[in-house]
Amino acid sequence: MSEVELWIALILGIMMLSSAVLALVVKNHLAAVAAASVVSLGLALLFALMRAPDVAMTEAAVGAGLSSLILALALRRLGLWQIDSGSENSNLLSASSKGKDDA
Amino acid sequence: MRNLTGLLFAGGLGFMLLAIASGIDFGTPPMRIGEAIQSASPQEVGAANIVTSVVLGYRGIDTLGELAILFAAASAAGLVLGRRHTTTGTQRKGGFVLFHGGALIFPFLLTIGFYIIFHGHLTPGGGFQGGVILAAAFFLPLLARPGARLHHSILSVIEAFAGASFILIGLAALAEGQAFLQPMLNQDTLGSLISAGTLPLLYIAVGLKVGAELASLLSNLAQTESEQ
Repeated sequence: MSEVELWIALILGIMMLSSAVLALVVKNHLAAVAAASVVSLGLALLFALMRAPDVAMTEAAVGAGLSSLILALALRRLGLWQIDSGSENSNLLSASSKGKDDA
Repeated sequence: MRNLTGLLFAGGLGFMLLAIASGIDFGTPPMRIGEAIQSASPQEVGAANIVTSVVLGYRGIDTLGELAILFAAASAAGLVLGRRHTTTGTQRKGGFVLFHGGALIFPFLLTIGFYIIFHGHLTPGGGFQGGVILAAAFFLPLLARPGARLHHSILSVIEAFAGASFILIGLAALAEGQAFLQPMLNQDTLGSLISAGTLPLLYIAVGLKVGAELASLLSNLAQTESEQ
């Protein structure tokens, strides 16, 4: 691995770690799904950097694309789909009342 | 208490991984099988993408097992999700960007999905990756128009046909007196589109099966919205 690739890998690692932590702590469910797919995207770039393009394509298609799509659909099914984070203590209330319009 | 258990578990796992990693000397992997395959596969199988020659040639039966696992997972998801709802009046339509962007990107997704499947033996990618892209292509219009439907009967026919043809190609090798799923037919020149014998046919079957399966799974998930 050359010097440049090492730095790119380091930056990717930091980005992946921070978005993984973000997926855990963020209140908005949709944002958490997006952050989880950013982790997969970083992983796909790392695979491509390590000369495993087949694995990188699988990770990008399945990890970043399909699995976040399935998670987003599950959110919609559960009525937790909301773009604006809103006030935090009315989260449950708004989720149950908004569920009908969104579903 | 639960936090403490989780911390202990994570620490133990980290320690275990460190202990294993310390025993491996990085940079000098024992690549005997890998090197043997790399030197032998262009002559033996004739696929420019060596990963494909491993996935479909040397380890074809593992791919069959993978397809079976995917099939079981998709059927289990369909079973859990239960009946489809026919009422779509409450579903909100997609916005302008989603509606027209989906229509615009659909042919490109279709093209790149089939390209990846057809060139699976030449370039990175193959049946699984192309199939996932095909499934996404067919799911995108559904996202924009919640009222639209995928024809589940057509999807299941495609899936069954593709899965059966994968096994039939394997059985044809058996009938010729070779091993199950052994690559057959003319190898042709390395790197041309029609080469590597039966491998492209196998990858087309894999791609169609994965695409149909995932598309029906996604549309199942989208159509069985909340049960009111």
